[in-house]
Amino acid sequence: MSITTTSPAETGNSTNWPEWFRKDQNEAWDLYESLPMPKRNDEPWRFANLKALDLSEFQPAKPVEDKAVLIARSSGLADLAAKLVFANDALIHREVAGLPAGVLLLPLEQAATEHEELFRKHFMSTEARLGSKKFAALHRARLRSGAFVHVPRGVVIERPIEIWHWVEGENATIFPHTLIVLGEGASVTVIDRFVSSRDERSLAIAVNDLTVGTNAKLHYVGVQEWSDKATAFHINTTEVERDALSTALQMNLGGAYVRGESDSHLLGEGSRSVMLSINPANGTREIDQRTFQDHFSPRATSDLLYHNALADSSKTIFAGLIKVEEAAHETDAYQKVRNLMLSDEAEANSMPGLEILADNVRCTHGATSGELNEDELFYMMARGIAPKQAAQLIVRGFFGAVLEHLENRDLQDHLGEILDHKLNL
Amino acid sequence: MSTETKPDIDIDRSVGDFRYEMDYAFDAGVGLTEATIDYISDVKGDPDWVRAFRKEGYRKFLEKPMPTHWATKDLESIVFENIRYYLSQGQIPKRTWDEVPDDIKRTFERLGIPEQERKFLSGVEAQFDSEAAYSNIKAAVGEQGVIFVGSSEGLKEHPEIFKKWFGKVIPSGDNKFSALNSAVFSGGSFIYVPPGVKVKHPLQAYFRINAQNFGQFERTLIIVDEGAELTYMEGCTAPKFETATLHSAVVELVAMKGAKIQYITVQNWSSNVFNLVTKRGIAHEDAEVKWIDCNIGSRLTMKYPGVVMKGKGARGEVVSIALAGDGQHQDTGAKMIHAADNTTSNIISKSISLGTGRSTYRGMVHVPKHLKGCKNNTECDALLINTNSRTDTYPAISVRGQGNAVQHEASVSQISSEQIFYMQQRGLSEAAAMSLAVNGFVNDLVQQFPMEYSVELKRLIDLEMEGSVG
Repeated sequence: MSITTTSPAETGNSTNWPEWFRKDQNEAWDLYESLPMPKRNDEPWRFANLKALDLSEFQPAKPVEDKAVLIARSSGLADLAAKLVFANDALIHREVAGLPAGVLLLPLEQAATEHEELFRKHFMSTEARLGSKKFAALHRARLRSGAFVHVPRGVVIERPIEIWHWVEGENATIFPHTLIVLGEGASVTVIDRFVSSRDERSLAIAVNDLTVGTNAKLHYVGVQEWSDKATAFHINTTEVERDALSTALQMNLGGAYVRGESDSHLLGEGSRSVMLSINPANGTREIDQRTFQDHFSPRATSDLLYHNALADSSKTIFAGLIKVEEAAHETDAYQKVRNLMLSDEAEANSMPGLEILADNVRCTHGATSGELNEDELFYMMARGIAPKQAAQLIVRGFFGAVLEHLENRDLQDHLGEILDHKLNL
Repeated sequence: MSTETKPDIDIDRSVGDFRYEMDYAFDAGVGLTEATIDYISDVKGDPDWVRAFRKEGYRKFLEKPMPTHWATKDLESIVFENIRYYLSQGQIPKRTWDEVPDDIKRTFERLGIPEQERKFLSGVEAQFDSEAAYSNIKAAVGEQGVIFVGSSEGLKEHPEIFKKWFGKVIPSGDNKFSALNSAVFSGGSFIYVPPGVKVKHPLQAYFRINAQNFGQFERTLIIVDEGAELTYMEGCTAPKFETATLHSAVVELVAMKGAKIQYITVQNWSSNVFNLVTKRGIAHEDAEVKWIDCNIGSRLTMKYPGVVMKGKGARGEVVSIALAGDGQHQDTGAKMIHAADNTTSNIISKSISLGTGRSTYRGMVHVPKHLKGCKNNTECDALLINTNSRTDTYPAISVRGQGNAVQHEASVSQISSEQIFYMQQRGLSEAAAMSLAVNGFVNDLVQQFPMEYSVELKRLIDLEMEGSVG
């Protein structure tokens, strides 16, 4: 039973959803079927390995065998406001240490039923514009659950919320979804953890919608640790209203083929979007990232910083676009991608783009590809550090420069530990 | 900003805005079929291999789709059936000034190639419609063994050198427009510089399109042998026309071991011209190919000069200035293909968008596997003058393996109001201040052009800036 040929109506797995959403899903399936597969000449798929897009062998995920083990393994930040654990698209654990009144932290299907208006307004409300429209339609059609976070006006949640998404089973497919809506002046930090329970081939088509209301403040981190055999799509849309701030960090630590699309809409005057990514690529991993900083209003700022370290025969693609629409005067937009080449077999492709239609803007972008600094290596080796260890330390420092852009020190330290572990430091 | 002030520049704007009635002795009619190609081949007396090459180009032209999946949709407004693909007075290139017909001489005078200037020019290759109407190679250059002729003459008289490289740097199927050029090319230059010869004076060709709906498809091939050096300059002005004109040239450069080529273009097409040019050079070991390119005017220019660095230690450079006036689109850039160790490339691009003008930079830098010591530096700066001006940057950079250094930087900015205020305080009109600021923005690049070109360039920029303030 392939996820690409059997319709969700036939698999009948959406009974938890309200009737109108099930109808929506059938339409999404029709859309998925009608949209063409990406072709070699499609600009949004330039340099991409289109063979990885054959998803016909993937199947719907079955319920996991041992929930308790996965719950026990879902151990991240010590001091949390709340934690949700999903396994194969079912909520298996919910833990609330302290959420202010009015905050909604629910499975998506419950939000669709109980808060229909809010859900309809924000759920996948913007089209996937960076190439994966077809896969976003598949996500919508096959969605079973996900996290809904609503922080109402003026509410500040000090401690982070952590959401775990587990996949288990050979060729299993999951569709993780995180929908975050911040009211005026609200503030929250949300961490999505994407993990494979075993070293298996699997597929994840993940979507998140982040809506940051006027003067609100969102910190979002996605830590992707799929198995090295996994295929994953991460489609991310952020909408930032007037004077609001969104900081989003994507860490890609696993996967065989990972396609990430981050689309940031700077809707309000004075809004600010910080887009960060850390990508240690090794083995034959391919990380294909497309980004969009779309400025609609005056005096907004966007700042993108992506660091890729490429070992073995890994491959990265970065295609980013800054677009300053006609009305968006006095825009400040920055984009920087740095590739650290650690192997002769690695391949880094960078396409940093600008489209400026407004006046009085400050935009810069930069892309560099370089290698380890010999002097730094020599310095460490002279102090008795093995060459391999020295190289990893430099890579760690290279990623540390991205982590520094997070305001929360505890979070920085925590993510630093995850990186240390990944780099065997 | 006020619109009342006009820059106080004493320039006759009607220069370049004229045309003469002509009798076209040969005319292939409009539209393109295999018969048109046979006609061109017959008129030109092409050898069989050239006829076959043209037909192959025609097939590829039909096969290739319009590149509108990445390029502007404006390309679709080219109606290939309405274009004249060959037009000539049946002249073979003239060697003495006296043999040049009077009406053509008049055109040249308006273009600014006075007879006296011949003394300064080491060689003049002036393209008049499809055929080189006038070609003067200074004796000294000829004595050094330099061949400087029209491409038709080159392929007939020097087939042993011509055939070896023709269509090798840019295969006819490279893109739709190089295929079109391969099918219908006429005119352009062929230059061969023998080993060790350093050509002191730049060789030049002036181009001009005349005749309504007339596309020019010149083809230039330049081969500079081991250790030799050459600077080539081309400049264009064009009369105004009522309907769109297509210009699609192909320029191939070959720099053998240790050779140096500098190819300089100052281009100022009228605002209905589609200028779709393919330019590429091969640099062998320790050779250097440098494109200096200035694009002003035209409705749409698409031009991405490239260098394939085939030999160790080869260097490639593109210096580009683009000025997109109202309604114009300058889609320019550079392609750097590193194909050997220790090759270095440098791209510097500056663009200015005025009014509804749009300037686009597209770049490609490619460092394949198992190369060491390759370096690329790319800098793109864009200046936006008006609120409705537009600029885009689309670079694509591929690097495989370690041991190479590649960096790309781009910025977009405006003329600072402080600068303008400062100059106005010192008595300059706002428009003059703007002109000065724009000239300042490109000044470091303009310096790289030969003196007479940089003067002309500054004048062209001033002309374009006229009336754009406000």
